[in-house]
Amino acid sequence: MRNLLRVKSLALIGLLFVALLAAVLASPSLAPSQAQQPATGTPPPAATPAMPSPQGGAAGSVPSQFGALAQANGLNLVVLDPAHGGTDPGARGTGGIRESEIVLDFAIQVRRALELQGFQVVQTRQGNEDPSFDDRSATANAQRGAVFVTLHISSTGMQGTARVYVNSDLPPVADSNGLIPWDRAQAPFLGLSKTFGDLVQGFLAQRFKGSPGAAQTASVRQLRTTAAPAIAVEISSVTVEDRVDLDRMAPGVADAIARGAAAFKPSYVVPAVTGGLR
Amino acid sequence: MTQRWKFMFASGFIFALLAAAIYFPILRGRVKRAAKLQQQSEEQARRELAQPIAINPGDPRVKAQLFWASDTIDSTLVPVTVELPLSRDPVLRSKQVLNTLLAGPVDAELRTLPPDALLLAFYLLPDGTAIADFSEALATSIPSGIVSEQLAVNSITRTLEANVPQVQRLKILIHGQEVETLAGHLDLTGTFVVSTKQASPAPASAALTPDKTPGTLAQPVRTP
Repeated sequence: MRNLLRVKSLALIGLLFVALLAAVLASPSLAPSQAQQPATGTPPPAATPAMPSPQGGAAGSVPSQFGALAQANGLNLVVLDPAHGGTDPGARGTGGIRESEIVLDFAIQVRRALELQGFQVVQTRQGNEDPSFDDRSATANAQRGAVFVTLHISSTGMQGTARVYVNSDLPPVADSNGLIPWDRAQAPFLGLSKTFGDLVQGFLAQRFKGSPGAAQTASVRQLRTTAAPAIAVEISSVTVEDRVDLDRMAPGVADAIARGAAAFKPSYVVPAVTGGLR
Repeated sequence: MTQRWKFMFASGFIFALLAAAIYFPILRGRVKRAAKLQQQSEEQARRELAQPIAINPGDPRVKAQLFWASDTIDSTLVPVTVELPLSRDPVLRSKQVLNTLLAGPVDAELRTLPPDALLLAFYLLPDGTAIADFSEALATSIPSGIVSEQLAVNSITRTLEANVPQVQRLKILIHGQEVETLAGHLDLTGTFVVSTKQASPAPASAALTPDKTPGTLAQPVRTP
């Protein structure tokens, strides 16, 4: 009797296993179509390879990022901002060119050219990080007598050209306490930014044919909160077939920025007491 | 008997485990399929909402000016005259010209806005401030860069300036939200000046023709 029960229960379990196996065999016919739908709709996670730090990045001559420098003699510091970084690659070319990587390489050469002109240089990022717009502006706003240069590579435009942008007009600032609102920190510097931008654009136009002769205005977010003469330099473009074409432009861009900063230096009189930011 | 119960219990447990193992991927597939379906229906609803405003043949045909990219001067805009029946209502008229701008020029290379971008909504406040709400594609499909983003915004502001005199300023929203930048560069937190001229009490029957050189940039305005 016991044996009969055991046989019955074993048969029952065996049948269940057969049923389960049948279900398993039948399910793949459904599963792939179900599994593939979301797979095709979901983009692969963006690869963010770690960027090596630029050799010149952590040089000992770099002043403290937020320590205001005593600069009695006017302009001697340039805050250099390689745009984007981290999870934000910026413009991307079909050949895998990433704006965030190229501007970091450009920054090394710009930095060297500026240092040869006697400027101290602070970078807003040394490697593959992505500080916020405000953090980048804060690097410049913590200094006195600095200028700010943000470096970009465009997605469009005639290849081999370079454009300088200054911020579009902002309404007058400073409240009754003489404080400048943070979100319009660029307003008092627009005239100086234009002078600086025109100088750099002039040198760029000499080197890169087809580039405009004067700086253009655009509402660039990065410039708006920067309390210093500030320009954006944008190189065209990530659509080049080989990034060597962009790398070849780096010395010319670096030279134009350094010469522009040197030419701008005499015209930049740092106010004795600047209004604070609020 | 105890042995038998143990055996039955173990069998039941294994069965439940196997059933769960088989059912889980099926359930997951169903959930994903349902989520995708919901996403599709949202996109469908958005597209239906953003259907281009029907052109009313009764509206006066005017020579509208639409600003697309120049094929001769790099990264500048040129006005292209297109004869369209445009409504006298400034909101409808704005929607009509912006939808035509989004549709793009004959030469697709000269378009300034992504082909998949949609105008979701357009409002005009009594003080002349317009609010244009575009689909996310405007921000995600546009080539990233100062020059391309500025060209896109300028094509919108200059097209509105040329055809809808009531619009003085423009605020751009992306999918109903204020965003910091268009695609990483251009500041969208403020409003853009469209026209400094005073709006005429009645809409012009013909499109205005601003005497401006191509490539003039719109200036953002920031109110304290």
